[in-house]
Amino acid sequence: MTGWPEGLERFLATDPHDVGCDDARAVLHLYAEQAASGADAAERFPGVASHLAACESCAEDADGLLAAVIAMEDQEEEHGS
Amino acid sequence: MKSEGSELLSQVRVVSAEVARENRDWVRDLSSTGDRRELACRRLYDVLLRAARAEVRRRSARLRLAGPEVDDIAHQAAADALLAISGKVETFRGDCKFTTWAYKFVIFDVAAKVNRHFWQRAGVAFDDEDWERLPARIGIEPEAQAESRDLLSAVRRAVDEKLTAKQRMVFVALALNGMPTDVLADQLGATQNAIYKMMFDARRKLRNALVDAGYLPEQQIA
Repeated sequence: MTGWPEGLERFLATDPHDVGCDDARAVLHLYAEQAASGADAAERFPGVASHLAACESCAEDADGLLAAVIAMEDQEEEHGS
Repeated sequence: MKSEGSELLSQVRVVSAEVARENRDWVRDLSSTGDRRELACRRLYDVLLRAARAEVRRRSARLRLAGPEVDDIAHQAAADALLAISGKVETFRGDCKFTTWAYKFVIFDVAAKVNRHFWQRAGVAFDDEDWERLPARIGIEPEAQAESRDLLSAVRRAVDEKLTAKQRMVFVALALNGMPTDVLADQLGATQNAIYKMMFDARRKLRNALVDAGYLPEQQIA
């Protein structure tokens, strides 16, 4: 939580590099796999990272996808060890 | 906004030999017929259901969903995702694990079902206009809310004077009522991308108006 006008400034900020929902969702599986591997997904997909910072719905989907990928990797590791 | 979808997808990403083999097995088995396909579908359904259950649980804690409906949503999402994946398996590009690609279908499906379910129960009309909700919605601390009544009034004035009727409706639904973008898109018969773009343009217009009126600095905070 924060104060005015910082909160308002953050809320109204728009980034011209933001790719929008369609483009972000088209590569979200690649973004999540990259993030799960510990690599800097935002560096490879700056426009997607910018979109996720501004779009609550897509950010929530990205969090869910990342959690699923990490859970699958944990499970594979368990079975492998 | 900048479109770079095809550019992003054209970037070549190499997966390990082991992942490539697993991917080929999934695509071959799901594209085949008879027992092989049946078995692959069952295996994939189990994978999807596990992910769907975890995702519904993750979202339901915040949205206060509980009981058998939580598991119903997970089962429905896994079944719908399996159907969608079966129809699109030939489009899988092999640039990530097959399961990661498949998870995307089920996560999107859970999101759509949970959001729709929650919103139907919330009983808030998307055009309700309670401006007192705005500070909390954009993360303003309660003690700071009272200090800038004139700033809130300026936002309201800019919404009334600078936005088109459609942008205003989208702003009210998303910013004041907290409606998820995909649910609003459903209700208006629009795409999520179109709604997001409308809100993006509205935010830019409002910021410009507040800068012109001296309420916000010229430079955006990075």
